[in-house]
Amino acid sequence: MNKKQVPFNQQDALRAAVSTSERPKNAGPVSASLTFGGRMLLKIKYVPEQLFDITAFPIIFLLMFTYLFGGALAGSTEAYLQFVLPGVLVLTVVSITMYTGIELNNDITKGIFDRFRTLPVWRPSVLVGALLVDLVRYSIASAIMLTLGFILGFRPEGGLVGVLLGVGILLVFAFSISWIWTTLGLVMRSEKSLMGASMMVLFPLTFISNVFVDPDTMPSWLQPIVENNPVSFLVVAVRGFMGGDPAFAEVGWVFVGSFLLVLVFAPLTMYLYYKK
Amino acid sequence: MDNKAGEPRMAVVVKGLEKTFGTTRALDGVDLKVPAGTVYGVLGPNGAGKTTVIRVLATLLQPSGGRAEVFGYDVVGGAAHIRKRISMTGQFASVDKDLSGMENLHLIGRLMGFTRAQAKARAYELLRAFGLEEAAKKQVKQYSGGMQRRIDIAASIVVTPDLLFLDEPTTGLDPRSRNQVWDIIRMLVDTGTTVLLTTQYLDEADQLADRIAVVDQGKVIAEGTSGELKASVGVGKLHVRLQDPGQRSLAAQLLQQKLGTAVDYSFNGSGLTAQVAENSLAVQILDELNKAGVAVSDFSVGKPSLDEVFLTLTGRSAEEEEVEAEG
Repeated sequence: MNKKQVPFNQQDALRAAVSTSERPKNAGPVSASLTFGGRMLLKIKYVPEQLFDITAFPIIFLLMFTYLFGGALAGSTEAYLQFVLPGVLVLTVVSITMYTGIELNNDITKGIFDRFRTLPVWRPSVLVGALLVDLVRYSIASAIMLTLGFILGFRPEGGLVGVLLGVGILLVFAFSISWIWTTLGLVMRSEKSLMGASMMVLFPLTFISNVFVDPDTMPSWLQPIVENNPVSFLVVAVRGFMGGDPAFAEVGWVFVGSFLLVLVFAPLTMYLYYKK
Repeated sequence: MDNKAGEPRMAVVVKGLEKTFGTTRALDGVDLKVPAGTVYGVLGPNGAGKTTVIRVLATLLQPSGGRAEVFGYDVVGGAAHIRKRISMTGQFASVDKDLSGMENLHLIGRLMGFTRAQAKARAYELLRAFGLEEAAKKQVKQYSGGMQRRIDIAASIVVTPDLLFLDEPTTGLDPRSRNQVWDIIRMLVDTGTTVLLTTQYLDEADQLADRIAVVDQGKVIAEGTSGELKASVGVGKLHVRLQDPGQRSLAAQLLQQKLGTAVDYSFNGSGLTAQVAENSLAVQILDELNKAGVAVSDFSVGKPSLDEVFLTLTGRSAEEEEVEAEG
């Protein structure tokens, strides 16, 4: 800070720095998206705690549900693990989809959002970059949970291909549902209200589903609700792939649902983004 | 962009610009012309519409009515062209406070199309020039107010823009930091950048801006160089200091008769201040005072300050407004 210690002329340096007229060709859409994604990764360096959601949570969830309920629900923890792991995987990943929305909301309330929007780059690249990093986030969470599951005795019939297909369809759905949170992120006044709203949607959506138990064991009035929950379709699809018995109807519905989510919320997000 | 002969090239042309938010009319027919290569000051109290003008010109807000052009491009139709040539430093830090200064500048450099190595070199050059070298690796949120403002301006000139918007660039800064920001702005204009800045500070507009628009309640209520604005409210004020404070009421009476304007006693114990319309009147007054036996120890005719200009134009003091809006 102290100018006097600097062994060069501040004024000359300033003049030289401001008189550069170099004007490169602006970054293309892909490069800009990756750069914005890089920004999100850099943030992790300063707040590594934010990785708890994708590291510690999957571990805690899997251990907790397997050992607390396994014996009671399926006779043995090992048997239950085969059933519950795809479900808990879905639960974990779907629960962290609101992060991009929260980051976006954070940016808006600060001035940086204005700077990004006045840059001569493809405008959606801020969002695309953040959503790309989300995919990395989801993949890490999935990898951690599957590794731990394998150690605990998870032996999917579908083999590696089935597991990868299961994770793949989960990522498609998670990406699609993220757009709901980006839309809300642009509408909600604060990070806290967005958190509240997303919990209100995600909590029932993930828990009133077939993640933990077969809907056949539930009261008859609840069954149709659980069975028509989009998360249930996703869980059946993921279980199908991992169990080596793909549920094509559910896979189809997950794709239709994902497509509809993106169709509605991606343009809505972009519209709000431009109008903000 | 067609130029009429003799007319300077315009960076910004705004005609009848309107912007409504719900039922609030933030801009109510603003006209502006900013010649390229100059510093243009938009002066006004909080809530006058200064930030809205900048946000429309920076393609962040769409106007509700009227026209606004930047370098000949319409702010709605030509937004993409405009964004290639402008930069904006907002009122609140437009950098990522969670990242370091270096990372911020590198990020912008990459987005502007520099290679990794070029972006790094440019970031380093700017950090050095802005006296932020030692803070390069610190998170921006740990910077002082002045440093944050400098990194913000640095981020705006990673690629030197043709037009730089600065929204209240020195609000909340200490005098030293303010001078540093002023130096940077002057230097930028020297190298050909047009600067459009908003300010609540009359002396800032006076110091920096080639031309000033005074904005109040969504309208431009006066426009011109600071000299022109001052002249528009009369020659200025006559300050008279008396040798004998006891003669104050007599002197005040004479002043009032001759000038027909209110005489201000508040100045100090032996002083009087009154608005004069013409210089010649001031000379006559001194003559009158002399004839009446009132001894004058000191006198001056001063041009009005911008604060007085503002008061005359709006009927309110700029500072008063500021306190109200904040309180």
